[in-house]
Amino acid sequence: MIGLSHYLILAAILFTISVVGIFLNRKNIIILLMSIELMLLAVNINFIAFSHYLNDIAGQIFVFFILTVAAAESAIGLAIIVLIFRNTRSINVDDLNRLNG
Amino acid sequence: MIEYKDLVFYVLSFILIASGLSVITSRNPVTAALSLVLAFFNAAGIWLLLHAEFLAIALVLVYVGAVMVLFLFVVMMLDINLDKLREGFWDYLPMAGFIGVLMMIEMVMVFKTKQFNLLPVTEPISNTSNTEMIGNTLYSDYVLPFELASVVLLIAIISAIALTLRDRKDSKKTNPVDQVAVKRGDRVRLVQMKSEEKYIKPKKRERT
Repeated sequence: MIGLSHYLILAAILFTISVVGIFLNRKNIIILLMSIELMLLAVNINFIAFSHYLNDIAGQIFVFFILTVAAAESAIGLAIIVLIFRNTRSINVDDLNRLNG
Repeated sequence: MIEYKDLVFYVLSFILIASGLSVITSRNPVTAALSLVLAFFNAAGIWLLLHAEFLAIALVLVYVGAVMVLFLFVVMMLDINLDKLREGFWDYLPMAGFIGVLMMIEMVMVFKTKQFNLLPVTEPISNTSNTEMIGNTLYSDYVLPFELASVVLLIAIISAIALTLRDRKDSKKTNPVDQVAVKRGDRVRLVQMKSEEKYIKPKKRERT
């Protein structure tokens, strides 16, 4: 029988994968953004699992708000990436050292 | 004997984890984006198993339909030098793997404690549908956060447009900096000239 801990462990594995992804893809901003999306997905799975097992709808409301904020965040993030690419012709994190004194 | 629902859970979570690994290790960003689409789809399936139907559909519509298409647009629009971005890709793997495994072991240890060992609810939460319950709660207890969420989306729209807006080259606009910095000498010219002589009306031309 699938219990709450199964869902929590699944979300933990997904969260860990995305943390490792941020370490590995530290030069590619686009995949960094994708890793952040994956992290938010893991957190949302936690919320929904708790909402189901504790019989409380508030968890799903929170997931709704997280989805809203994540969509806004990725839209602005991609706009910034386009802007960075227009100015430096690359999306390599190593090239973003203009604020370096 | 394994139950059908458990089997579905294991299949979905296996594909979810595999596609997550594919997102972080794939060479091509397009492949990563498509793997992320697969991951979101499987997560929506898992949410359906948890009776969160509205959010599962919203995840597929909003994420797979809108956000991932935005990602694909940006990935395909930018001309990326992949080899440069992959330089030293595996350098931090021992460190990252160590931290990741440590985090996972700790979290699994916590989740194995008794308080998380809840049994699944057998009776349905109530007779109303999931969407109806979310609607009732969202428009009563959470109405202010709901309005604020719309403001967040509005800010996202405006800032995304304002960031990427590019003017047309032939647009006739004024530069405020130049207008403020203008001097008297740039605009007013004093000329010396003779005062006007008597005006002689030209003769009327005769019509031919």
